[in-house]
Amino acid sequence: MHIPDGFLDAKTLALSGALALGALALAVRTAQRNLPPRRVPLIGITAAFVFAAQMLNFPVAGGTSGHLLGGVLAATMVGPSAAVLVITCVLIIQAFLFADGGILALGANVFNMAIVGTIGGYGIYWLVRRVASGLRGQLMAAAFAAWCSVVLAAGSCAAQLAFSGTVAWTLVLPVMTGIHMLIGIGESLITALVLLAVARTRPELLTEIADGHKGLLWERLAFGLLIALGLAVFAAPFASRKPDGLEYVAQVQRFEHKAVEKNIVPAPLPDYTIRGISSPGMATALAGGIGTVLMFGFAFLLARALLQNKSHAS
Amino acid sequence: MHHDFIDRYSRLDSVVHRRAAGLKLAVALALLLAIILWPRLDKSGLIAFAAIAVVLLGLAALSRIPPGFLATRLLMLEPFALGIAFLSLFQPGGGQTFLLLLLRSTLCLFTVLLLTNTMPFADILRVLKRCRSPSLLLTTLALMYRYLFVLIDELERMQRARAARTFRGGRWQTWRALALLAGELFVRSTERAERIYAAMCARGWK
Repeated sequence: MHIPDGFLDAKTLALSGALALGALALAVRTAQRNLPPRRVPLIGITAAFVFAAQMLNFPVAGGTSGHLLGGVLAATMVGPSAAVLVITCVLIIQAFLFADGGILALGANVFNMAIVGTIGGYGIYWLVRRVASGLRGQLMAAAFAAWCSVVLAAGSCAAQLAFSGTVAWTLVLPVMTGIHMLIGIGESLITALVLLAVARTRPELLTEIADGHKGLLWERLAFGLLIALGLAVFAAPFASRKPDGLEYVAQVQRFEHKAVEKNIVPAPLPDYTIRGISSPGMATALAGGIGTVLMFGFAFLLARALLQNKSHAS
Repeated sequence: MHHDFIDRYSRLDSVVHRRAAGLKLAVALALLLAIILWPRLDKSGLIAFAAIAVVLLGLAALSRIPPGFLATRLLMLEPFALGIAFLSLFQPGGGQTFLLLLLRSTLCLFTVLLLTNTMPFADILRVLKRCRSPSLLLTTLALMYRYLFVLIDELERMQRARAARTFRGGRWQTWRALALLAGELFVRSTERAERIYAAMCARGWK
């Protein structure tokens, strides 16, 4: 989901950069106030840990493999605002050491993965924790939130791509979120398994952090506001107009009338239309809703199964 | 610390490597902006992109980074770009957009690759510091970079130890084993962080 340079236009880069900077400043402020000095090195080491853990390849099927993304895992381990720092640093290192994700697009990537993914995911974790208690509740909340965080980040990424006029909204949103709804299952499993492993060996590590992290109300509101603002700005043009993303893209790129005579390579499907184009938004929303409900059930069953296994083993 | 191969080319000695970090960053950003802001792929666009490509190839040759390394990295990074560009085929004027996106992203990727492989990480930190980044972010980045290699080595040792002791299970067993490994790595990391904090205090950090 690391957007390389060349896909986002100047206005999207500027907007997402400003949003990312604002949220990062807020996260640094909150972390500095909440963290006792002795935990400062822990943020850096956790960032290195997330990076190292991303190198573990989990076998999926047919020779493919997936790996951890780690936003929600980091948030449950060091708290949400420190986790924003952790994921931001991972993204900076990935961009500057491996050219994985663009440099101009760094702000957009930070906004998607470190802010929307991590804070959004943690928000969901927090909400589920309110109704589900104990280790089982924690595992379930983390599993569900990890999935949500990946899908949310993918949705935000899709919105930015569409807002830039790179790819039509009606195309990129279902594809990006669809793929990441699958990737998210792996993320959810890995997050729950790693949390369980830590809870078994050093349970106090997890509780200590949860207690030490009480963000102020205005800080939580500010985080929520920044995320909502970003998503509204990037996605609003598609929601408000009768959802003809294709037309919007054509307007943005000003190729409505140039498309025909200026094509260097002929489009393979020039008259491509999706049947029932007027309701792809509904279809996507429906699929997303069903997926979310299924995933909530999956998280519930997973947490149950994991803890049952434990009682057998010990 | 055998994992320093991760960014070994950033510490080569060449005409490009010796330039100031700020200059390299400025040139790279200017090139990226030029690539992004070029509106469409007509004749002048093709000429501009070709000119930028020539400049980049010239810089790559001057930097003495092995061309094979750059080429493989470029290929490894291309899939996501290709995926998004591929999607653009399914919209009106898709052929044109596809070609434009592909050229743009490849040029941008190459620019970023060159920049990252000619700039040691310490230089990046220095630039960030000059931009008045908050100290917590700088500390985190510096510590992360320092312990990245240590933790990756530790992870490999743990994986080797596990491989030496266990038979292969099914996929579910592999997942559990890998997750246990990651969990254990986190536990060790927190213990390491405590030792680091003690060491930092002993050296007068505040």
